[in-house]
Parts: sequence; structure tokens; C-alpha cells
Amino acid sequence: MFQDSDTLVEEKPRGCTRAVGMLKAVRGGKAKLRVSKDGTPEAHWVACMQAIHSASDRKAFAELFRHFAPRVKAFLVKSGADMSMAEECTQEVMAIVWRKAALFDPSRASVATWVFTIARNRKIDALRKQRRPEPEELTWGPEAEPEQADIISFQQESARLAKAVAALPEKQRVLVEQAYFGDLSHSEIADSTGLPLGTIKSRLRLALDRLRHAMT
Amino acid sequence: MTIKHHLTEPILMAYSAGTLPEAFSLVVATHLSMCEECRARAASYDAVGGAMLDGATLDMDEGALEATLALLEAPVERPIKADVPADAVFPGPLRDYVGGDLDAVQWKAVGGGVRQAILPTSKDASVRLLHIPAGMAVPDHGHRGTELTLVLQGAFRDEEDRFGPGDVEVANEDLTHTPVAEEGMDCICLAATDAPLRFSGLIPRLAQPFLRI
Ligand SMILES: [Zn+2]
Repeated sequence: MFQDSDTLVEEKPRGCTRAVGMLKAVRGGKAKLRVSKDGTPEAHWVACMQAIHSASDRKAFAELFRHFAPRVKAFLVKSGADMSMAEECTQEVMAIVWRKAALFDPSRASVATWVFTIARNRKIDALRKQRRPEPEELTWGPEAEPEQADIISFQQESARLAKAVAALPEKQRVLVEQAYFGDLSHSEIADSTGLPLGTIKSRLRLALDRLRHAMT
Repeated sequence: MTIKHHLTEPILMAYSAGTLPEAFSLVVATHLSMCEECRARAASYDAVGGAMLDGATLDMDEGALEATLALLEAPVERPIKADVPADAVFPGPLRDYVGGDLDAVQWKAVGGGVRQAILPTSKDASVRLLHIPAGMAVPDHGHRGTELTLVLQGAFRDEEDRFGPGDVEVANEDLTHTPVAEEGMDCICLAATDAPLRFSGLIPRLAQPFLRI
């Protein structure tokens, strides 16, 4: 990538600056956070996290586990772990989900995103045998409880992004996934797919354009 | 702090994907500790990762849930958090690698009044602290690979621009420049490089199209 990083040097940040997390336009202020299964799936996962945090609720944890553990395991295998390592790491990831439930903030990340960051850090530690430097918390002034309206609008943004990912054409989706989950270089992907580099680049750009539109 | 020079999209994406070498991740984490804007951009890449997680599943072994619940019975070692000095110069992730703040750095002279301290990371790239006296030029500045330089204190100027506290310069081998520390205050930087080792396999080349978004 860095071989033609001249563009990398010149390009100023834009585009994705409108992070999902930044889109906290308060709307639907009167809406109640739905915590039942009738709500959005995300609201349900958030309720599970809160039940784990406030009541050490094993039933809620079992639900999260059934949904997320198989996804984490697939992610780790795609990232190069063998089956037994993936199984072991996934159990560790889910144990961290329980232990750190108090730190989960539904106005800043979806449960899936939070689980992803824990799984990614475990991957770096276990597969790549490296430390993961994490930013320190920025101080924003007195820490306030997140507003329900913020949580709901955040969940709507997350749902939109998830839908956009699900709606990606298979070919584009595979490339985004390899960029995220694989350690393959551009040309290695070209070799493995038999596609020219230019095709890979333009397909990935299309995919990321779609995701960007979902986030704005 | 007004930050003018930020991290690029491919670097943020690779940090989020967890494919950057540790040395680069340290510079990224340190910048993110200083920069609200890049923090939000990094969060959006995490969100894409979270959404991608929904792509595939693999069945867990029988009894996996019970095994995980059993893990929770084990006592947890709580990392001892060192007290943050009130007048800390370094953000948290950097203090972790230095083992303290600016006064704990073990500097070594490299000539011309410039001092450096190489921090311990994985071998696929390296990262060092640089202390450049006010008015002095940064030595040995051929880029054999990619270099990320983050200003922690003071400022430097080169043919491109001025880089002050929080600013990060992304330089590649095509860029020949002569950074000079501004008069008035010594400049302290955190610089990571993949030279002479290349790590093209570790950062997804695919991240490049993000540039054009
Ligand atoms: Zn920034």
C-alpha cells in the first residue's frame, strides 16, 4: 500500500469524518428505548448488556453468546486462527464482554462494534503476538449519562450501516471483508481471485462509497 | 490545541482492522488521545468492522457457553494504573511505552544536539522519540519506507508546512524534506518507520480506495 502512498500523503481527511458516532442529532425525543424483543435487534442487545452489567444476568449473556460467539469465531478463523485457537479465543472474548459490560456505552458504539473491537484486540494479542496501544479517554468535562434520544438515533445509524453492508453486492463485500479481516496485500488478493488490480480497486471503492452514503 | 495535520484514511482503517504494525499503532493511539476529530473517524471504521462481523458464523463447540461461564469464576488480575502526573507531556499510550512521562525517557545522543530513545515494539516497524533542540534540523531524513511523525511539544517546519503539537506528518520515500525545529522551544516528536523492513503485507493495500472517498 505504501508504495504508492503519494496519495496517502496528500489526501486530507474527509468523507468518513461524519462518523456514525458523531451523528447524534437529537430526534424522536419522546421515543422510549425499547428493551423487549419487539424492539430493534440492537435495542435488544443493548438491553442484554445492561442486564449483564446491572444484574449479572446469565440468561441475557447466554443470548448474546448464542448470537455473537459464532460470528467472532468465524472472524478469527478468517483472520488465520485454527479451529481450536478460534474456539478458545472466542470464549475469552465473550468472557471480556461480560467483565467489561460496565464500560459499554450505547451512545458511542453498537454492541456488534464493541464485540468487534474486543475480538480484534484479542486477535492482535493471540495471533500476531503484539501489544495493542489504545488511546486514552478524552476528557469531555463531567461525564453525563447518555441521553436516550442519543442512544436511539445512534442505533438508527448503526442499523442503516448494517443494512448497507448486508446489501453490498457479494463481490464488493468480499473485498471489504478481506481488507478488514484478512492480512492479504492487494496483489495477493489479485492472485487469489485472478482479478486485475484495477478491478479490485474500483470494486472496493464502489463498496465503500455505498457505506459512506449509509453513514451520512 | 489546534491540530491541522491528521491521520490519513488508510492508516485509520488499518488501525481499526488491527493490521498496523505495533510501532505505527502507538503513533496512531497517541494522536487519537489528542485529537477528537480523528477519534470520531476511527470510530466509524470500527463501526464498519462491527457491521462486517455479521457476515459469517461458525458453530461453537458443545459446552462452549458453560466453559465461558466457568472462565468468569477465575479471579481477574486488575492492571495497576499508574497515577497520571498533573502536568503530563505524554498522552497515556505513550507513557505506557516509556514507563513514565518525559522525565523518564532514556535519551541517547545521536549527534548535532539531537537525542533519541527507541521504544520497545514488535520488529515489523520501529518507533522512537526524538528531541530536537530549537533551530536544529532533524538528522538522517531519507525515507526508505513510510514514516509517521507526531509532534508532542514545540514545532518543526519543512518544505511542506509547519507541524505543531498534535500534528502528524505522513511521509513516504518520495518525499525529500528538511524538517527544522522552530526557534524558541525544543521539539519533541514520536516517529515510527517501517524502514528498512517493509510491511506491505500487513497493511491492507485495499485501504487505498478509502483515500478517494
Ligand atoms: Zn487528527
